[in-house]
Amino acid sequence: MSFDSFHDFLAMGGHAPYVWWSYVAGAAVLGLDLAWLARRRRRTVDAVRRAEDRSREER
Amino acid sequence: MTLRLKERWHQLGSPRWFYRISERWPSWLVGLGVLLIVVGWIWGLAFAPPDYQQGNSFRIMYVHVPASMLAESCYVLMGVAGAVLLIWRMKLADMVVAAAAPIGVGFVALSLITGVLWGKPTWLQTSDRWWVWDARTTSMLVLLFLYFGLIALRQAVPRQETAGRACALLAVVGLINIPIIKYSVDWWLTLHQPASFSLTEKPAMPAVMWLPLLFSALGFYSFFAGALTLALRNEILGRERRTQWVRELLAVSPQ
Repeated sequence: MSFDSFHDFLAMGGHAPYVWWSYVAGAAVLGLDLAWLARRRRRTVDAVRRAEDRSREER
Repeated sequence: MTLRLKERWHQLGSPRWFYRISERWPSWLVGLGVLLIVVGWIWGLAFAPPDYQQGNSFRIMYVHVPASMLAESCYVLMGVAGAVLLIWRMKLADMVVAAAAPIGVGFVALSLITGVLWGKPTWLQTSDRWWVWDARTTSMLVLLFLYFGLIALRQAVPRQETAGRACALLAVVGLINIPIIKYSVDWWLTLHQPASFSLTEKPAMPAVMWLPLLFSALGFYSFFAGALTLALRNEILGRERRTQWVRELLAVSPQ
């Protein structure tokens, strides 16, 4: 461990906001990537299924 | 032999073939990536010693450096895929350019955000400014606009094939910005520090400082490979939605 206490760890030697917001931004970008990809997947699949249902009704 | 190689090459360009073989890749790649990133970040945040000049703000490196590497690598990948599309007219290459752009935007944005957060306590402690028009920051901003341009161009051109070729051309031409970003810290007098690592030399910092970076960077690459595969699979489904194989695939299995 490079810090003496948990409080020191959170304080980051006075650089807390810069360090912690950087890591929050990093986690947020990775999380948003996955959420966006999952949403696009659902939408594409739904669109294909809807088109398929319509063509079945027409038949 | 040459005939078989040629067959493999064509198979590689087949979206349907790629969709079939890549089913399990994303969970493994994203899972491994997240694991490596978590290890690298905890290691870097809690166990690496503070920098003798910058104190604890240097820990931003474990987000900033991998994000910047990926922002550039993703662009190089799009440039290469663009060239493949222009030379061999491979459909899958166009899908790679389309799928990679939105993921790359995230990495450039992250690189710029963490760069600002690192620059503030390092270069601008006594100033009320947050941004410096430095050769590195400016060329990175140009990269962001190249990504925006690629996304906007694809949406602006209605015909898919024309849009694909226009984007491929822009991706290839934009490659010129990559060496500019890389050498900006050497060519111009900049605030940005030069690269701390190279492939050929032993790193100057202790292992406990660079090993977390290696984990984090490998994690970002693995995550990117997984996310790109997911995006590519979405792109394939979307473009091939009228084909028999996609309709059958989605009618049979729930996912």
